Amino acid sequence: MVDPIKVYPSKPAKVYFYGTCLVDMFYPDAGIAGVELLEREGIEVLFPQDQTCCGQPAYTSGYHDQARSVAKAQLDLFPGDWPIVVPSGSCGGMMRKHYPDLFKDTPDEVKAAEVAGRVWELTDFLLNVCHIKLEDLGEPTTVAMHTSCSARREMGVAEVGPKLLGQLKNVNLVEQIRPEECCGFGGTFAVRHPEISGAMVSEKVETLVDTGAKEFVTTDCGCLMNIAGYAEKNHKPVSGQHILSFLWARTQGKGGQQS
Amino acid sequence: MSSRETILQRLRNRTGGELTVPECDFSVLVRDDWSTKERIERFEKMIESVHGEVHHCTEDMWMDRLAELLNTRGARNLLIPKQHEIGQALRDAGRDDLPELLIYDEPIESWQGHLFNEVDASITSTRGGIAETGSLILWPNDDEPRLMSLVPPVHIAVLKASELYTTFHEAMKAQNWAAGMPTNALLISGPSKTADIEQTLAYGVHGPKELIVLMIE
Amino acid sequence: MSETAEHTGHHIDVKQFHPRAQAAIHNPKIRKNFRSAMDGLMSKRKTAFEGWDLETLRDLGANVRLRALANLPDLLEQLEEKLTENGIKVHWAVDADEACRIVRDICKARDAKTVIKGKSMVSEEMELNHYLEEQGIEALESDLGEYIVQLADETPSHIIMPAIHKNTGEISQLLHDKTGTDLSNDVEYLTASARQQLREKFMNADVGVSGVNFAVAETGTLCLVENEGNGRMTTTVPPCHIAVTGIEKVVPSMEDVSALLALLTRSATGQHITTYFNMISGPRKAEELDGPEEVHLVLVDNGRSAIYQDDELLDTLRCIRCGACMNHCPVYTRVGGHAYGTTYPGPIGKILMPHLIGLDEGRHLPSASSLCGACGEVCPVKIPIPDLLVRLRQESVDGDKLHPAKVRGHGAKRSSMEAMIWKGWAWMHASAGIYRFGTGAASKFRALQPSKAGAWTDYRTAPKLAAKTLHQRMKERGQ
Repeated sequence: MVDPIKVYPSKPAKVYFYGTCLVDMFYPDAGIAGVELLEREGIEVLFPQDQTCCGQPAYTSGYHDQARSVAKAQLDLFPGDWPIVVPSGSCGGMMRKHYPDLFKDTPDEVKAAEVAGRVWELTDFLLNVCHIKLEDLGEPTTVAMHTSCSARREMGVAEVGPKLLGQLKNVNLVEQIRPEECCGFGGTFAVRHPEISGAMVSEKVETLVDTGAKEFVTTDCGCLMNIAGYAEKNHKPVSGQHILSFLWARTQGKGGQQS
Repeated sequence: MSSRETILQRLRNRTGGELTVPECDFSVLVRDDWSTKERIERFEKMIESVHGEVHHCTEDMWMDRLAELLNTRGARNLLIPKQHEIGQALRDAGRDDLPELLIYDEPIESWQGHLFNEVDASITSTRGGIAETGSLILWPNDDEPRLMSLVPPVHIAVLKASELYTTFHEAMKAQNWAAGMPTNALLISGPSKTADIEQTLAYGVHGPKELIVLMIE
Repeated sequence: MSETAEHTGHHIDVKQFHPRAQAAIHNPKIRKNFRSAMDGLMSKRKTAFEGWDLETLRDLGANVRLRALANLPDLLEQLEEKLTENGIKVHWAVDADEACRIVRDICKARDAKTVIKGKSMVSEEMELNHYLEEQGIEALESDLGEYIVQLADETPSHIIMPAIHKNTGEISQLLHDKTGTDLSNDVEYLTASARQQLREKFMNADVGVSGVNFAVAETGTLCLVENEGNGRMTTTVPPCHIAVTGIEKVVPSMEDVSALLALLTRSATGQHITTYFNMISGPRKAEELDGPEEVHLVLVDNGRSAIYQDDELLDTLRCIRCGACMNHCPVYTRVGGHAYGTTYPGPIGKILMPHLIGLDEGRHLPSASSLCGACGEVCPVKIPIPDLLVRLRQESVDGDKLHPAKVRGHGAKRSSMEAMIWKGWAWMHASAGIYRFGTGAASKFRALQPSKAGAWTDYRTAPKLAAKTLHQRMKERGQ
């Protein structure tokens, strides 16, 4: 599924930042946190204002013509030879893994493959390309982590989040049971099969609550929306945020907050 | 057109065209050659983990051990091969501490009821074993028919430690199975078992409840 | 050739997936039985592969299967030739009905009244038991799980562990009601009682019917993987053995089998090997004292040659039926095997069944997945199950003009309403200006955001629009 051996580039001077539509509309703080972390690493962040959505919702729903037309609009956003970083394993996976298939046998085939090859999940990029060193300025706390299925299986970054959190000396990372099991989001799956998705997220929340952690972090806003939304509606004592928001807040000496 | 031709034609004229044939590298199945001692240990560990029993014996005393095992189980009889040296030796020994010796020398049809209901134990030879998985290799034949290792509640198998292979892959290569197979060949790794009722293991569901290996070293 | 269907079997409406899934989700006993069983199987599999270079082994498994598929017609002919030479009679069936008729004709020629069966998913696909009953031939399952399911007049809920949906108490009650076995929670007692009942049946059966795990072309060998010994009984005790198998099960050599066997049992139940690995290469020879005097192999197509036509869908045929995909599937774990209403449940069922029953009947199958990828990750022959699910979703809605759909019943799920929504979505997202205007306006008027959002908010709060989009905030930062 993932390239068997990932070849990380050397640390570049600039990156393209692909924010994703969920971050754009619902979790811009997570995007800003990602930008801040990159800039603190001395990297200039380029944000193409013409970016919209990677096309995944239509793609996984089977509407490939529509997915292709949206994805095509993204292909021209990254003219320079800089890496493209994405604060989401899911959108990253769409671009890195599925763009080549989606544009196969089209005039954009070469360009799509070229763009796909430059896509990196942002935490993976921070850890393995920037070799980030995090200094924890926050109060002692306990968190759990949910790595999204696409981050884990398409982008192969299951180890990254825990390693980054491990750098934070006041953060006690606890593991829920079945950490690798899907939270039940799955994009349109959550509305096409609401009972099954509901059964999955209720168990995910239960296992997170069982860790005793009051908050969890995650690589993907889809999972965040799902897990935190379930916890909130059902008054479960756990809240969540994007791992980038958490990392930025911990290393700035202030608590994470959502605007 | 016959169904055979219909199917073959559909496959031959596939719309996707010719398929590429990938290389198959079997080296991942090859284990570093384990020493005899390592093979014995591994075999024993594996077969015991699935409820099999291993008894270390020598050419001189395996029959003593066999008698002991059968006596503790109160076996009334033992089904033995007619020609194989194991059967010959047992008959020639004329021991009075062994139960009645039975020989499978008639077609099953003539004594099926007896075999299913009256035979307490059987002893067969093996064509070696496989250390990695704790398996016995059996090629049933007219001297040791297929049901000998299946129907009696206790199956005793004689395995020479020198005939332990490391892996199944090694065994089939060494014995050149590609050249031809007998009507029936078996790998047996433990007594018959099931976990079909709530994943709880139970032994002897259809075949032997006990598998006892006499390992001749 | 195929005629009109002669039997309908226990017809289950696959389209009724949702009500069945919902019922299962609200049935705590089902949830508990599956959750604990799947947890156990997942952890056993993990342990069983310790010390292996699993990725390389899975690569080998995939290549072995792909190599066999690449040579499929040649291998089938070689297999037929070799089996015939060994004295095994080979039959070809275009579909399930023809396969049933072949079995019936063999039985009739022998004047057979009773058939004892070893576990065979292809025979489930054929609904063979039901067909034989209609023909006045008793067909009895002998695998303990299949036996239980048959007594309950149900279908298997898992391809390896057919009765996994039942707990001991339920099984005891069933055995009591149907066979007079004393009620007991002692699994050993229940098993022993079944042994007694089934031994009688083995001795009296006229024909044994089994499946096949691998058919080896080079030596003409049928391989069966099992723990109980009922497979050996079925293929040894009755005077006639009929093996039924899908045409994709053929491999070139025993060496291929050694690779697939290493993967199969570990992936399925976490066993290094099963108790019995039974290799059959011929009927009883003149000098032999037991074994069937007749052995038949029925090669069943039933939709497989259609799958074979397409380079991507072809991967479906790699499957060696281990069940690991269902053991690791969060959806299967929640709804259980019966919710699918198909012979093969879980992820493999979702990518295989639409070919067997058509995408109109199986329209809900490909979408019933979060595409989490757990199935593809554990598949011993690396079937890209999530990609195939997406492909079938595309087929269901005829969603790709560049790659026209080809699976039977394609387009059945396309609704003009949904198509229009996606067209509107694409219109908005393919143009950056419209997108920014739309998302900007949504943020600005976020106070008007409804707190309910369809099925989403049945379980969760609605996500809250931010005061400013990331686009706006980056613009403020000079981007």
